Amino acid sequence: MAPAAPSSPVLFLHGAVALSGRFPLLAGVDLEVASGETVLIDGPNGAGKTSLLRVCAGLVPLASGRVAVFGLDPVRRRTQVRRRTGLVAHAAHLYDDLTVRENVRFAVRAAGADTGRIDGACDRLGLSGRLLKTSASKLSAGQRRRVALAVLAARWPELWLLDEPHAGLDASARQALDQLIVEAAAGGATVVIASHETSSVEPLASRAITLTGGRVTAERAIGPAPEHGDPTRPEVAHVA
Amino acid sequence: MWRDTVLVAGKDLRIEARSRVALSQVAPFGVVALVLFAFALGPERTPMAKGSPGLFWVAVLFCTVLAVQRSVAVESVDGARDGLRLSGLDPAGLFLGKSAAVAAQLVVLEVVLGAGVVLLYGAKIEIPWLVVTSGLLGAVGLAATGTLYGALSAGLRVRETLLPLLLLPIAAPVLLAGTRIWQAAMAGGVPSDGTQWLRLLVVFDAVYVALGVVVFGPIHESA
Repeated sequence: MAPAAPSSPVLFLHGAVALSGRFPLLAGVDLEVASGETVLIDGPNGAGKTSLLRVCAGLVPLASGRVAVFGLDPVRRRTQVRRRTGLVAHAAHLYDDLTVRENVRFAVRAAGADTGRIDGACDRLGLSGRLLKTSASKLSAGQRRRVALAVLAARWPELWLLDEPHAGLDASARQALDQLIVEAAAGGATVVIASHETSSVEPLASRAITLTGGRVTAERAIGPAPEHGDPTRPEVAHVA
Repeated sequence: MWRDTVLVAGKDLRIEARSRVALSQVAPFGVVALVLFAFALGPERTPMAKGSPGLFWVAVLFCTVLAVQRSVAVESVDGARDGLRLSGLDPAGLFLGKSAAVAAQLVVLEVVLGAGVVLLYGAKIEIPWLVVTSGLLGAVGLAATGTLYGALSAGLRVRETLLPLLLLPIAAPVLLAGTRIWQAAMAGGVPSDGTQWLRLLVVFDAVYVALGVVVFGPIHESA
């Protein structure tokens, strides 16, 4: 894993506006997230939390403003950005006709990551024994979420984008997820968590951002900030 | 790119091996189409045998639409298409992998439909290698065009009805060339009567495979 240069933010958004048709998803977001930081994004339904993560993953292009991930434009340099980024979204991205193990293996290999971590990652998320050979179509929503998290744990990317990661998980899976997040941040990964469950995420995060109506409306420190150097402007996507 | 091609093709073929949609639904559909053509042409074997090249390729085209729709559908469940995008797979490898999986299924379907044409219509193949070559080249061309237009229609709610509308006219050269090659193979005359049409299939394949490698990425991202 090649960490981002310590002097540049891993995520940089300035005046980021994203649209779905004529409907604004983001209405001018300014945000910087440093390497090794764990940031909570909260806000009401429809505030733009999911859209913000999708912009960072290069799935949604900006209508105007600037975005850079690892100093790169996530749309133009999408392959480089995505190989270093993991997004756990509402959907688990599973193929119903493949088993749990086949799904994890495919996702990890597709991302160009080392398959040697797969068994350990599945174990940590409680995916073992017959469950590994079970077709994804037979899984519950919580088990599907565990598989998605196992893919992330096996890939161990530099940037973790987690959209409501605790949703549907039981107590043991929540504990495993929290432990993963702590280890990822301790290992230098950057973690951005969009969640309504602020009480679950706040102990893990160093900063909380509130989005309302597609804008950052509040920001507060909730833990020790990570050590990082002077931020400098990275290469940015600029859409007029 | 080639690593991604093998990975994606293997994934799609494994899904097909589990679900058996091509063998249990698409192949029977093709055979039913052949039987219905036979009903329409009447009990005489001569007109059926004479029309068998065109009827075979029309049945293959119908099966292609179903196979491509299935290939698109497996990526439409549970955000799998987003999963592919997020993985950072090479778009060209993704296109070639999905095309290869569809082509492999089409070859199997062609064998089933070819046997159906011989048994139902009494078609006699005098130059088998022409038929085999046209089947392979036709499968590649149809899979490439199908995968490309499947991606174009993937994000649309009307994809089931739009795909045949887009794909069938584009695939007309395969129907034409394949039919002529089969006619030459059944006539048993000079193979060169068929080889000139084989060249058309080669050009068709080359154009659509190259086009897919270049444009599949942007289409896939915007679907």
